Amino acid sequence: CPVGVGCSSVEKKIYVHLNYTLPCVRLLNATHQIGCQSHLSGNVGVLHVLESEENLDWVLRSGLNPPYLVILDSPLFTRSIMMKLKNGSSRVAGVAVVAPSTNPPDGVSPHTNCPNENTGVYTEKYDPALAHCNVTVWNPLGSGLSYEEFDFPIFSLKDDNDTKVIRQCYMDHNRAVNGSAPQHPLCAMQLLSHMSAVTDTATCMRRSDLSAFSLSLDTVCDPLADFNVWASTRPLNNTAKGHKEGESVVVAAARLDSRSFFFDVAPGAESSVSGFVALLAAAHALRSVTQEAPPPRNILYAFFQGETFDYIGSSRMVYDMEKKHFVVDLDNIHSLLEIGQVCLLSSSPLPPSSFQRFLRARPIPGVVIQDHQSSFTNRFYESMYDNAGYLDISYPPDLTPEQQLQFVTDTATALTEVATVVARSLYAQAGGDQARLSSINADPQMVTQMLYGFLVRSNNSWFQQLVPSNLMSFLADRPTNLYVGVLNQHSELTMLVQHLLANLTGTTVNITQENCNYQREDEQDKANKHMFFYVWVQGAAPPNATEREGFCTRSTVRLTSALSPAFDLQEYTSKDYSTWTESRWKSISGRIFLVAGHELEMLTLGVGLGVLITSLLLTYAMSAKADILFSSGREPVNATY
Amino acid sequence: MGIKNPFIDGEVLSFTSPPFSPCDSLCAPPLLRAFFWLVSLLLASLVWFISVQISNKDSAAQQKGLLIFGVVLSVLLQETFRFAYYKLLKKANEGLLTLSQEETMPISIRQLAYVSGLGFGFMSGAFSVVNILADSVGPGTIGIHGDSQHYFLSSAFMTMAIILLHMFWGVIFFDGCERQRWWAVAAVVVSHLVVSCLTFQNPQYVGSLVPTYVILLAMAAWAFHTAGGSLRNLKLCLTCKDTDFLLANHRPR
Repeated sequence: CPVGVGCSSVEKKIYVHLNYTLPCVRLLNATHQIGCQSHLSGNVGVLHVLESEENLDWVLRSGLNPPYLVILDSPLFTRSIMMKLKNGSSRVAGVAVVAPSTNPPDGVSPHTNCPNENTGVYTEKYDPALAHCNVTVWNPLGSGLSYEEFDFPIFSLKDDNDTKVIRQCYMDHNRAVNGSAPQHPLCAMQLLSHMSAVTDTATCMRRSDLSAFSLSLDTVCDPLADFNVWASTRPLNNTAKGHKEGESVVVAAARLDSRSFFFDVAPGAESSVSGFVALLAAAHALRSVTQEAPPPRNILYAFFQGETFDYIGSSRMVYDMEKKHFVVDLDNIHSLLEIGQVCLLSSSPLPPSSFQRFLRARPIPGVVIQDHQSSFTNRFYESMYDNAGYLDISYPPDLTPEQQLQFVTDTATALTEVATVVARSLYAQAGGDQARLSSINADPQMVTQMLYGFLVRSNNSWFQQLVPSNLMSFLADRPTNLYVGVLNQHSELTMLVQHLLANLTGTTVNITQENCNYQREDEQDKANKHMFFYVWVQGAAPPNATEREGFCTRSTVRLTSALSPAFDLQEYTSKDYSTWTESRWKSISGRIFLVAGHELEMLTLGVGLGVLITSLLLTYAMSAKADILFSSGREPVNATY
Repeated sequence: MGIKNPFIDGEVLSFTSPPFSPCDSLCAPPLLRAFFWLVSLLLASLVWFISVQISNKDSAAQQKGLLIFGVVLSVLLQETFRFAYYKLLKKANEGLLTLSQEETMPISIRQLAYVSGLGFGFMSGAFSVVNILADSVGPGTIGIHGDSQHYFLSSAFMTMAIILLHMFWGVIFFDGCERQRWWAVAAVVVSHLVVSCLTFQNPQYVGSLVPTYVILLAMAAWAFHTAGGSLRNLKLCLTCKDTDFLLANHRPR
């Protein structure tokens, strides 16, 4: 709007749009729907800033202007308060949680107590005594809020100017003064996050399938899916699937994804990043020794996506191996080493891990490396607070982003030691020469740069060098989001891990960009594309130049599908495989405004109707009596016409 | 033949003389007038748009000046088009008169004035208020930035005043043109300018609404007088002595 004249748009006088809104969305599986839902045109509620749990009484019982939209500070975002709000949902229009800028001192985990309890290896049929976390409760701080269903929207707000405006509006208009009711106009908020899918995955997939035949129906949900990233120290022929004679493989596994209560927020620092960064660093440490003194067994690095949601990635890989759609099959696996949560430093059942899915198919020897004896030490498991701050990744003040990237933090040093241990164990497990073990060391510089890239800012100079130019737009000025996302949605995380692994385990080859893109070393080469993956990356700009010098990296990195077998088999009520889907929605927004009192509205309507009726009557009366009323005019009969 | 021919059977009145139905004269003018008003608005906004583009966007004083200029220009254009419309109607009426066999016009210039003023006012009112109505449909009301809550009510009253004023101005204006009383025409233009400029008083709704309503009452009285009304007639109507008066003093209008 033009400066000086002022925005004359009436809408801008009424509404203040919220810029930063993080909703909670609806996810569905074979039996349930979880998450939040709003009405089709949004939920409107009078603002109420909750002061304590006792203050809930105003919202649920005594308040005079329901429905209320409750603003919570994060210490009040607990299970007991949310359950009470859920039960009184006729008077609750929605909830907005103000996220603090620093992590809360006590642990908060919205995940369940026993993650993935139905799709692991401990079921009623196998070791029922260990099923359902009978022996060890892995996530004791888990409130399970992420898996509850709410029929009002729940949004997360940052503690910034918008939130100050909201609080000020509440203070000005909605506070009850000396026990009397607050006067209209009252401050209100509208939150819109209408989800299209309902009931469960089978229902929404059925409705989506129908949309192929009808123009008016839309797809209502999408399966959660992405890609697993894998690479091997000895190249494997990617076109020959199924059992490989003579191949004995040690699988080194790590999980990629994470989640939180709110949509698309998943920093997953301790839950996931610690594990896969350690594995990446171990892979890098093993690069030179596996070229010079290759061990008898192959080492296969596998990074699984979607593990948070009932092991999507690992169940898919096991399924592909069983159906002979993968380069090796289950008989080729010698053992498995998995890295779990390893950043916080303190014979029991296996924690929730991808290894459990392999065990369901075949008894394979294996071990999971983790930093906890029994329950998780992670106090923020699968929560939005599981971020760089929690891992104490702190940089001295006054460092530029470039200097921060290079600075080796204490966390990085500790994680490097873990990576070294992992690398040496893998080499030993693969039957390598014992004498060379001491020469295998992970590089702390590499580890700290990876931690910076994933937990602080993915758009940094190192990551920029490793990716092809067409994928630069995925890099962002914020921590990487580890949420798995839906099918056909390219995730930043998978792309980064793929190219990082290529760079850390592969070699630079001196071929032209065209050959590189065609997956061949020269025009006549037809064989190498089955064994290797070639990618032309941007590289760095040499000093005193602005153009980047790209180069071709050759590695054994591949992507395989991480879509739950339940969707290929169309078994949407499967109990064996993950059936998680995410609902679709049209738009998500929030705004605040004042609502007029009922009296003023009725007055306006009454006045309008009164004026209308009066004017009609007047017009009729005047028209009926027109002869009399307008008769004394000096009417010139024969015109000046 | 058992079928009644409507052109012969005198009982079906609307097909007998006069050959022009009342709708010819009474429906077209407001629509046409509304169209004329739209054209004047289009011209005014075109000029305003161009001048805003070439002006200095950062200077608040210049922008405010430009707004005042825009308003004045719009008023002058509207009045010009009202005059043009008057001329057009006169020409049309003369044409009709020569075509038909009647000696007097089927519709008096006074009725035309009223009806055209109404069309003008209706279009002006619609433009003023439709935007505001559209935004009032949502759940919120004005006030979060500190503006008065009574915005919608005041806009409604202002719009009503403008529509009625246009009607009265139409009557006075046409009568002034008929009788060559240019001071009446000038008074209409001046009062239109005054009322438009009063809206700059907003958000002091009292400051803009009260004078507008005062002017409205004055114009109402003037138009009533111009159209042939008088206090005596009013008293006669109100005390229900009108039927006797009619019988005694019936004259064709």
